[in-house]
Amino acid sequence: MSLLNEQLQGQLRTIFADMKNDMTLAVFTQKDGCETCEDTVSFMKEIEALSDKIHFEALDIDADQERAKAYNVKMVPSIVMLNDKKEYLGIKFNGIPAGHEINSFIPAILEVSGAGEALPESFLNQISAIKDPVNIKVFVTLSCPHCAGAVQKAHKLALESPMIDAEMVEAQTFYALSDQFNVSSVPKIVINDQYEFVGNQPLEVFLEEIAKTQSA
Amino acid sequence: MEFKLNMDLGNSKKMPGLDKTKVFDLLIVGSGPAGLNAALYAKRKGLSVGLVGKKTGGQVIDTTSVENYLGFEFKTGEDLIKEFSQHVASLEVPLLKDAEVASLEKIEDWIHINLSTGEVLKARSVILATGSRPRRLGVKGEDDFLGKGVAYCAICDGPLFEGLDVIVAGGGNSAVEAAIDLAKIANSVTLVHRSQFRADQIVIDKLNTYSNVKVHLETEILEVQGGPLMSGIVVKDKATGETRTIEANGLFVEIGYLPNSGYAKGFVQMNNKEEIIVNALNETSVPGVFAAGDVTDIPYKQIIIAASEGAKAALTANDYINRLK
Repeated sequence: MSLLNEQLQGQLRTIFADMKNDMTLAVFTQKDGCETCEDTVSFMKEIEALSDKIHFEALDIDADQERAKAYNVKMVPSIVMLNDKKEYLGIKFNGIPAGHEINSFIPAILEVSGAGEALPESFLNQISAIKDPVNIKVFVTLSCPHCAGAVQKAHKLALESPMIDAEMVEAQTFYALSDQFNVSSVPKIVINDQYEFVGNQPLEVFLEEIAKTQSA
Repeated sequence: MEFKLNMDLGNSKKMPGLDKTKVFDLLIVGSGPAGLNAALYAKRKGLSVGLVGKKTGGQVIDTTSVENYLGFEFKTGEDLIKEFSQHVASLEVPLLKDAEVASLEKIEDWIHINLSTGEVLKARSVILATGSRPRRLGVKGEDDFLGKGVAYCAICDGPLFEGLDVIVAGGGNSAVEAAIDLAKIANSVTLVHRSQFRADQIVIDKLNTYSNVKVHLETEILEVQGGPLMSGIVVKDKATGETRTIEANGLFVEIGYLPNSGYAKGFVQMNNKEEIIVNALNETSVPGVFAAGDVTDIPYKQIIIAASEGAKAALTANDYINRLK
């Protein structure tokens, strides 16, 4: 039985018609102890089937260590988005992007295919000043209506800067990590495991927190 | 597995983008029920109208269930907004998304909307429909434990409290509905309210069917305690004057709303709650500037009331524009 119903498949096909270039969903799983890996893979295969431009690649966090390292993959399931040149742009989803997170996942596919909207120039200047590596974790629950907005912002920043790596973390799947960062309200945004804020805040707030990680 | 595809993505009927250089008859700030209904009415009257929004649907999006909107016995907040947005989108009203309004000015006959990006939008008239945001308790520890137990969105954060003990502060419909939602997830739910229930009897009856819910009325919250995570609250029984501690992992605050009116301070007249003062025609103190919904001083913050106020504001704006022409 398919996860996506016919109506949703139709809507997604229409959305994917706007894709520009090809892109790859590189999905990391593990043989044992991963409850949601199977569902994640099925979901990604269904997404792949909805557009000729979307490609699915199955990877194993142990067997494909080198690539996991290259994309900073530390947990499974993890979905890494690669562009048409198979380059990693800093866009990653840890845990299954179902529920409301489909609203950050689908736009990310379009963005990685080169069909995104540009950010205002004022932001681009600030983003180009980022010289030290930045990791953004956005903790979400699948029932949170405004979490996808925060994930989209983090991913947008990653697209605009080679220094930024942005990842969604589904808080219930990765309970221990959520616990480590005391996640009890979502979206919770953690930058370089050190600076944090709660809520789908404006891009200005993301950039303010990011600025704290940069050497003077 | 469920998928909640957003109306902005998954529908062929989509609101077009807004041309920022165009001068509109009417710009509506806010895209909740008041703003969306104002857009519908204004567009049907033939005005050139645009929406400037931050969060389509406003607070309704965070509401699990709406059971008091005429014509719909039950809708999730999100589905109700989907209906609203699709209706407006069918008239091709342009929408500027994720817009933060910094301030307003009236320069000659034009209303200038200054965005936080530095961009300026211009219109002959505007409707302010920026809604409200959750009110805080204002007690010791509330800020310290924000995101460490203190939460303001039950559907968002409820899943993080699976099997734990939670408190809901408040006695209105939002509080009781949050308590019902949480009762399905949490080990126990304690509802604490400083006076008597304001909620509809029908939802109170539903709450009473859950065996893991306790209710403390006439009880005031004094403090949130813990470290590093919240561990409980200190309350005062108003009848006896006694204070005691209720242990819990989470506190969901559902005690009403504050208007989102900061950007209009000093521009239009407000009451002492910082709600924008409007007359029966939704006129503010500045000609050409109208307001509707939760951001105004009208009593009863309800979805259907906000929507109908939006309609009234649009009709008044239409009369105003016609007088100018």
